[in-house]
Amino acid sequence: MTTVTAPAAGRTSAPARTGSGALAGTGILVRFGLRRDRVRIPVWVVALTLGTMSSVTEFKTLYSTAAERATAVSSMDSPAALAMTGPRHYLDDYNIGSMMGHQLLGFMGVLVGLMSVLIITRHTRNEEETGRAELVRSTVVGHHAQLASALILAAVANLALAALLTLSILSAGIDGITTGGALLYGLTNAAIGLVFAGVAAITTQITAHTRGASGMALAAIGVAYVLRASGDVGNDALSWLSPIGWAQRTYVFVDNRWWPLLLCLALAALTAATGFVLSTRRDVGAGLRSARLGRRTASDALTRPFGFALRLHRATLLGFGAGLFVMGGMYGSILGEAADMLKDIDPVQEALAKIGGASVAESFASMVMVVIAVVAAVYVVMAALRPRAEESAGRAEPLLATGLSRDHWVGSHVAVALAGGTALLLVAGLGFGVSGAASVGDGGLVLELIGAALAYAPALWVTVGVAVALFGWYPRAGAAAWIVPVYAFLVGYLGSILQFPDWMNNLSPFGHVPQLPAAEMSWTPLLVLTAVAAGLIWLGLAGFRRRDLETK
Amino acid sequence: MTKAITVAGLHKSFGRTHALDGLDLAVDSGEVHGFLGPNGAGKSTTIRVLLGLLRADSGAAQLLGKDPWKDAVALHRRLAYVPGDVELWPNLTGGEAIDLLSKLRGGLDRGRRDELIERFDLDPTKKGRAYSKGNRQKVAIVAALASNAELLLLDEPTAGLDPLMEVVFQDVITQAKEAGKTVLLSSHILAQVEKLCDRVSIIRLGKNVQSGTLSEMRHLTRTTVEAETERPATGLDAMPGIHGVRLTDRRVHFAVDGAHLDAAIRALGGFGIRSLVSHPPTLEELMLRHYGDELAANGHPAGADDAEDLPAAADTSGSRGVVR
Repeated sequence: MTTVTAPAAGRTSAPARTGSGALAGTGILVRFGLRRDRVRIPVWVVALTLGTMSSVTEFKTLYSTAAERATAVSSMDSPAALAMTGPRHYLDDYNIGSMMGHQLLGFMGVLVGLMSVLIITRHTRNEEETGRAELVRSTVVGHHAQLASALILAAVANLALAALLTLSILSAGIDGITTGGALLYGLTNAAIGLVFAGVAAITTQITAHTRGASGMALAAIGVAYVLRASGDVGNDALSWLSPIGWAQRTYVFVDNRWWPLLLCLALAALTAATGFVLSTRRDVGAGLRSARLGRRTASDALTRPFGFALRLHRATLLGFGAGLFVMGGMYGSILGEAADMLKDIDPVQEALAKIGGASVAESFASMVMVVIAVVAAVYVVMAALRPRAEESAGRAEPLLATGLSRDHWVGSHVAVALAGGTALLLVAGLGFGVSGAASVGDGGLVLELIGAALAYAPALWVTVGVAVALFGWYPRAGAAAWIVPVYAFLVGYLGSILQFPDWMNNLSPFGHVPQLPAAEMSWTPLLVLTAVAAGLIWLGLAGFRRRDLETK
Repeated sequence: MTKAITVAGLHKSFGRTHALDGLDLAVDSGEVHGFLGPNGAGKSTTIRVLLGLLRADSGAAQLLGKDPWKDAVALHRRLAYVPGDVELWPNLTGGEAIDLLSKLRGGLDRGRRDELIERFDLDPTKKGRAYSKGNRQKVAIVAALASNAELLLLDEPTAGLDPLMEVVFQDVITQAKEAGKTVLLSSHILAQVEKLCDRVSIIRLGKNVQSGTLSEMRHLTRTTVEAETERPATGLDAMPGIHGVRLTDRRVHFAVDGAHLDAAIRALGGFGIRSLVSHPPTLEELMLRHYGDELAANGHPAGADDAEDLPAAADTSGSRGVVR
């Protein structure tokens, strides 16, 4: 599409606020976006605030006395705990406020980043991909208006979150909380969100697909998180490469430094500006790379159901594979430092860390396995819900009008999800194992860590089963399958910090997996999980055989 | 003649919407059957029930002697389907999509495929997302016709095709018919239906309101006659089966039921015919006959332009029904 300039006639008939030039119509689009997201954004903001405040309540009950806080410091002062939370300096003054900065900021950063990325891609690339942007841009709307309005929308959401967090923290009646500190905490969350909104503004220019644009931006969040995790355990410089690391280095409620926020703002401005510049180098609806021509005929593999499903999943699977391999490698590279870290500490501490017969490195590795399993579960849910996406896009209809049976069609996607999820565990375990073995200097670790990762496979299969069962019986509720990885993350990760009761752990399929290498291998739960997965998949297929295909 | 499709009393509801409300349909083997009705009449729902994609609430449907829901896969090897709104995989080329759909159906005649791609002037190397609506439609048409299916279910297959491709499409369907294939063609393009179809079913609000050959249908409906006579043709309005007589001096204009055409022309002869124009109802008029009340409800003035010769649906309710 060529550049559209607002015609004079359009300007006179439009309200004065429409303006002209590249940003014409931004104001209207912002209001339109707020209208579209009138439920979505408040739900995000309130959920993130409630999550924060319920953790604060936990902190207050768990660590009300100085003695309890001292115990918290000693349990936090391990590589596994620091990799999960934040930099060690918070431990120097470990009150309720600094616990928030230390334990919550890290994954709040991930979640706020996720919110921002989804807002940007939903209002830019998704609009283009569905063709709605073409209609909107044919009106008096400048060529930067859509990206600008999406960024403003993300900023509104992040600032609303900052305000709500600040007010909630101030009204929670926590000892030693200052207004300045609360405001800094709120704004730090918003600053991380703005950075990843800027990152998404770039990724939406690169690829023509919403899925790809979100995926790339989420990968950036993942890299930022792993960098800070590695930096907080080992070399501090790595954390300084990560915007989440910057945010944690405000040392809110300890030192209350404001200047790291400037780094975030500068990066947000830089990435957003890059997004605007890149957007002028492409057509509406297209990516930066022009579409290439492809094969004239289909390969033999493509015309078989499994090969076809694999082709549809290929890009996502490769992306997750590369991401998990790198993530495993980065965690592995600090395994050696984790093992060394406790050498200087007195024997009592070491004994404490060895409860259950596990070494420090082993419990660190077990924690990493949870993270790997949750990321693989995210892939698995996406893959298992793919038939649903195909169905609602209208692409299942022509396929199911051929000699392909419903069982075969869903089965091919399920097979890719099962095998793909397992392969991701293998790849992540390999990355973790190889670099871990190198950093510890123990070659035997490679197989041990791959095995530990693969132990999570049956839990992934159950996740697939949940998604397939929902697809078969309640297709519109398919997205509820996301509860499985989210819950696994909350319980497996936060739960170990916040000391959730055992029954909460038992609700998650991931809670039944033996925590190798720290714990002993036990086959029974894995066999039970596999049977449950098979049952759920069978149930889902049976449901899909009975129901109407949803057509456009 | 054996029936390729028999449907009796089919009901299908989506929530509170009754998409099909006792639909009957019969399609003979080897015929091209036109399936007409406005948007929302239930055409696509019927075809999806026949494909086993939707399950009917009640009623009977048989396709090539089998149950479309239970025997879906076996039936799909013998039929091909073109949806009205073709969605392709963004990352697959058109050629790959054609091969995929044809091979999953059970076989691909590569020579035929390449010939069709050539005739429809389709670039098979473009990715799905790069195709326009018409080109996506072509991909589905080629995939359906490159197979050896004996039954073609086409749901507004040429929506978005340009007039040149429309001609190619009609040629290809004529060839398919000569090869003995059965075609159910849902369409809004009445000229296409008039040209291709042996028989036609008109459906409305999920019911079949009329089925038959075009000539049978025309016989049941009114022919418009305009004549100039030597003497004013008076007294015509008193004759049975003649409607809407307008007499201005020596010109007369009226509509006559098929059964009374002969008597009407004889009566005209008595006044000395100077010129005579008579035309049978077009398919459009046949359609509008069943939808006249809807048009009026939509603000189309009664008696305006072409609708003036059409009796309102209400006063011809007696002549409705299925013609065999």
